[in-house]
Amino acid sequence: MKSRNLIAAGALFGAVALALTGCATNETGTNDSSGSTSSLSGTLTGTGASSQGSAQEAWIAAFQTANNAVTVNYSPDGSGAGRKAFIAGGADFAGSDSALSDDELASTFTACAAGTSPVEFPAYISPIAVVFKVEGVTSLNLDADTLAKIFSGAITTWNDPAITALNPDASLPDATITAVHRSDDSGTTKNFTDYLHTVAPTAWDQDPADAFPFTTGEGAKGTSGVIDAVTNGTNTIGYADLSKAGSLAVASIKVGDSFVVPTAEGGAAVVNDSPVVEGRGAGDIAIKINRSTTDSTHYPLVLVSYLIGCEQYSDSAKGALVKAYFDYVTSADGQATAATAAGSAPLSADLSAKVAAVVATIK
Amino acid sequence: MTTATKPKGGKPITRLGDRIFSRSTFVAGAAILAVLAAVAIFLVAQSLPALLTDPANLKGEPSSFWAYVGPLVFGTLWSATIALVLALPVAIGIALFISHYAPRRLASILGYIIDLLAAVPSVVFGLWGIKVLAPAVQPLYTFLVDHFGWIPLFSGPVSGTGRTILTAAIVLAVMILPIITALSREVFLQTPKLHEEAALALGATRWEMITMAVLPFGRSGVISAAMLGLGRALGETMAVAMVLSPSTVVSFALVTSVNPNTIAANIALNFPEAFGVNINALIATGLVLFVITFIVNFIARWAVNRRKDFSGAN
Repeated sequence: MKSRNLIAAGALFGAVALALTGCATNETGTNDSSGSTSSLSGTLTGTGASSQGSAQEAWIAAFQTANNAVTVNYSPDGSGAGRKAFIAGGADFAGSDSALSDDELASTFTACAAGTSPVEFPAYISPIAVVFKVEGVTSLNLDADTLAKIFSGAITTWNDPAITALNPDASLPDATITAVHRSDDSGTTKNFTDYLHTVAPTAWDQDPADAFPFTTGEGAKGTSGVIDAVTNGTNTIGYADLSKAGSLAVASIKVGDSFVVPTAEGGAAVVNDSPVVEGRGAGDIAIKINRSTTDSTHYPLVLVSYLIGCEQYSDSAKGALVKAYFDYVTSADGQATAATAAGSAPLSADLSAKVAAVVATIK
Repeated sequence: MTTATKPKGGKPITRLGDRIFSRSTFVAGAAILAVLAAVAIFLVAQSLPALLTDPANLKGEPSSFWAYVGPLVFGTLWSATIALVLALPVAIGIALFISHYAPRRLASILGYIIDLLAAVPSVVFGLWGIKVLAPAVQPLYTFLVDHFGWIPLFSGPVSGTGRTILTAAIVLAVMILPIITALSREVFLQTPKLHEEAALALGATRWEMITMAVLPFGRSGVISAAMLGLGRALGETMAVAMVLSPSTVVSFALVTSVNPNTIAANIALNFPEAFGVNINALIATGLVLFVITFIVNFIARWAVNRRKDFSGAN
């Protein structure tokens, strides 16, 4: 009995040892190969938008695997904090849900070489879905005007004539609408309200902002909080990143004359076809999203998050690191990684070519 | 009992152990003061920019900092008060049951379970509030609004998700229940047996004995327990941030979607994306909460001291 136990233990030990050495051999293999292609080393610090936080985690993991002497840190402190830290030189790059303002562009960027300007470009695109839960309703058509009135509290019941006119086939109940918004400050809210304010300025007279502007409706913490509130409530509607919508029903948004279901492709397409803000440097791809597009291949309710860096860093080693990291992030590979990890919409081919040209100028 | 008399002639004898022990207790006492002072200095120093800045720089552009913090102060006190009103009778009931009614074995098991509640992290209470409690009480809220909507507390429109200040207060009540129960139980157990037996010997029923002997004796202890619970309810952050659907309003309505937020939950919600003077504004609201908690503790001390003479504890 005893000897059999011993043999079993020995066999187990051998198997484990074999498995472990197997792993170790593998690792040295990859290390060797990446070591020969990458001569980069150092630490890169980024800070900014929490919207691209999970994408950044995936990018950092992949980038550090390929360049094992490089450490990249990204702290999701918020867009405003990210831009401020970058301008003050506290971070090597920033992530931001809005492009640098004209005031910010006029300031001195501490990390950049004197006389050079910053670069910024879209790196993370995420369609925002309007999710809802109404008994017996699986599809819903909404236009910006109706959506604005629902969230501002002007429309309070599901069988309001404005909603039934858009959904003649749906059996909408005579029930109060609970419109769920973010109770914390969020780039999602800013992009959502920007869409409403641009397309339906009379129904939504508030300027776009990180904080939800009305006291009506229901607030919930974070994307997951909104999804929970909509899922667990009755006759609810809310907005959240498309990738987090899960099994909830998603409303179609009126674009031109047709109703468009949110898709990653639709989100990427509208960003691709939107004009760049005029009067900025060649390295500044600040996009003015064409919210009022009428092209039915577009889904204009989309969040765009930027990466901001220097055209020329005062420390050239830093420049090489940032360039390599940005290069990976905006590559087809990097965008696919983010799409898997965070459910974002990969940059379109045209846009990534433009972005790649900008990244190539970083020194 | 006679009081101890000093040894005759000269100083009392002290040994090395005495000196070490008295020093270490002094250091411990001083450390708590130092920590409190450090927190207070941090809060005041970081708050000043928000108090001195033009209110237009603050989020939401309030007319003044006090207009910004006002609804939060109201929400903090309102939610904590509801929680205390809900928790206190239940806690006293559990404590009395454990100390005077339950069989000994059941009492000790129940005591353990109550203490276990205190070990649950507030995030878990928050998740429970969102996923279980809010959907469960929503139909009840609909009923309240439909039938008792004429009472201002239950005025509509009813929340579709149940994430109202009443739900948050119920979660808070569950969270402060263990501390109030545990302390009240200890106080009730210390009622002098002679008082209880005297009451029973005079022909009192068990209930009359409790109202005549146990409750008067324990009153000051229960008040301190309630104030400790209130302190926790005032400062609770995560559970409220997760459960409550907040707005910047002052409203007594319990079951609508539009609820006043609390100071702590507001800090938790807005700190991650805040920058510049808005960080200072959030810390300044923290200072306000600090002052509120101070005042609550002062009132508690005063209430306890006022009642001490009647408690029979001396």
